[in-house]
Amino acid sequence: MAGHATMRCGEFRTSYRADTTIFPTPMSRNFALGGVVVLLLAPLVLNAYYLNLLIQIGYYGIAALGLNILVGFTGQISLGHAAFFGFGAFASAWINNSFGIPVILSIPLAGLLTTAVGMIVGVPAGRIKGLYLAIATLASQFILEDFFARAEWFTGGSSGSLANSISLFGYQMGTDQRYFYVVLFFVVVMFLFGANLLRTRDGRAFVAVRDHYLSAEIMGINLTKYRILSFGISSFYAGIGGALYGHYLGFVSAEGFTILLSIQFLGMVIIGGLGSVMGALLGTTFMVLLPEVMTSLVGTVGDLLPGLSQGVAYIKQMAIGLAIILFLIFEPDGLAHRWKMIKAYWKLYPFSY
Amino acid sequence: MSDAAPLLEVNDVSLVFGGVRALTDINFSVERGELFSIIGPNGAGKTSMLNCVSGRYSPNQGRILFQGRDVTRLRPNQRCQLGIGRTFQNLALFNHMTVLDNIMVGRHHLMRNNFFTGSLYWLTGAQREELDHRRAVEDIIDFLEISHIRKAVAGTLSYGLRKRVELARAVALKPDLILLDEPMAGMNLEEKEDMARYVIDLNEEWGMTVIMIEHDMGVVMDISHRVMVLDFGKKIADGLPEEVMRNEHVRTAYLGEEAASDADRNERVA
Ligand SMILES: Nc1ncnc2c1ncn2[C@@H]1O[C@H](COP(=O)(O)OP(=O)(O)OP(=O)(O)O)[C@@H](O)[C@H]1O
Ligand SMILES: [Mg+2]
Repeated sequence: MAGHATMRCGEFRTSYRADTTIFPTPMSRNFALGGVVVLLLAPLVLNAYYLNLLIQIGYYGIAALGLNILVGFTGQISLGHAAFFGFGAFASAWINNSFGIPVILSIPLAGLLTTAVGMIVGVPAGRIKGLYLAIATLASQFILEDFFARAEWFTGGSSGSLANSISLFGYQMGTDQRYFYVVLFFVVVMFLFGANLLRTRDGRAFVAVRDHYLSAEIMGINLTKYRILSFGISSFYAGIGGALYGHYLGFVSAEGFTILLSIQFLGMVIIGGLGSVMGALLGTTFMVLLPEVMTSLVGTVGDLLPGLSQGVAYIKQMAIGLAIILFLIFEPDGLAHRWKMIKAYWKLYPFSY
Repeated sequence: MSDAAPLLEVNDVSLVFGGVRALTDINFSVERGELFSIIGPNGAGKTSMLNCVSGRYSPNQGRILFQGRDVTRLRPNQRCQLGIGRTFQNLALFNHMTVLDNIMVGRHHLMRNNFFTGSLYWLTGAQREELDHRRAVEDIIDFLEISHIRKAVAGTLSYGLRKRVELARAVALKPDLILLDEPMAGMNLEEKEDMARYVIDLNEEWGMTVIMIEHDMGVVMDISHRVMVLDFGKKIADGLPEEVMRNEHVRTAYLGEEAASDADRNERVA
């Protein structure tokens, strides 16, 4: 009897472990591992243009995951994500330039500094919701932009600041081919962290706060703490993404971190799928590739309609806006959801009814 | 803090919403191990009373003592940590989470892993802790017979199942005192019988003190140790089920029509 009970217990244990893996099926895990392996080979085969796009997807994707933790998982709103992204970029350059701390360390330190700023901005979130919170975060966007312009010691003011390229063990990682691996490393680590966070205690607390905050509080969750914490974690991701961006471009200036980029981050999260870790990456990929596709489309059609090629900048912007609106209307659950449906379809194929 | 002190003591509690006196000078206490029911007509203030105990509302007057400690001004999450759990009259599940995750949220205050150790899952013992609590949650799932829906998204379930999941989530808190707001409302006879059995088991085998609001008088009279009757925010009776049933006030105020029509019928039969 007792023996039977222990055996049952042991059996359960292994099955719970299998039940709590990051990836729902071995197949999806192999798929992700395969994806990383393919990406490891990417710099050997891809030209600079495509590598550049992948690197962009990497650092924007990390920031987008942060925003998804805040918006998709905790159900808050932020119109100031670009400012945190920018803060991370400036902070890492500043830490490296002023204290001589190597870039590989200044990037996570910049993440921590951005976390602190994000928590301060998040303090009102402990008290206000919805539209009011949107306005408060909008205000923080402008306050930080103003700070970037004024704090010359930190940002270099209107002339911007130089961000050294990264070197590892005396090995320069400045070229696209090498920097790609740095970004890939951070993407894998940050997405693993994110996936782990969201399947453990605090991640569940975020979703509980989003789904029903009154009953979350009855379940022992401190609402103020988790609302502010969500801002902190989201800013950490933004800071890391921004720092990677800065050291990639080699130069950081405030123009890049406007409300427009904040909206684009929201677009990535909405298009990818609110409340989905992989969705953040899918949405970012979509947002980074969309303007490129538009440009090449205009390039091909442009010969026929000469006026079109002058308007390419507008067309890109409109395409982004249009994509967000279309997704909100037709695919509110985002690409991640669509991907799930496709997977389910193939699993059952050919019995797809 | 002696053993003789009741688990819960409500002293002179009054609650006002604008002009509405939801509760007026309510006094009662619940002993450890009791199965205590609150009954009364719609709008009598039953839910408001539970809300004062769980911390959702703050009474305008009076004190609430739990395990001898004044909890009147504590936040709901602090009361949860002290051992007060509850379910809601109108479902309040986390609708986009699975049943399993809903119940795991109940373990929140019993777990130690956080955003940092959780992110490092394999390196910090978070995995072990998660699995330990998962095992406790599976026991609750077995007890409430919802293992077939553990992976379902809560918002997609039938009303009766959602009520059951909500009970599971409250049980997961490991509370000393569990507050059940109309656990059987909207259920058919079979579901009600199941639910009554769960409540009795929680009380007798899981050792939880229960305060239950319920409209089904049959169930209340069958399973409660003691019953309190509210009417228009006032307590009009409190005692053993039989005593309460015999009470004149109760018969006119709450059981009014029912008792009258019962009497009617009896007369006609006679
Ligand atoms: N948040 C609130 N704001 C204003 N009035 C409220 C609020 N909550 C309860 N009330 C009022 O307090 C009174 C008691 O309501 P309560 O919900 O406690 O009754 P109840 O006994 O639980 O009724 P039911 O059997 O219908 O659930 C009612 O008159 C109700 O309208
Ligand atoms: Mg009620």
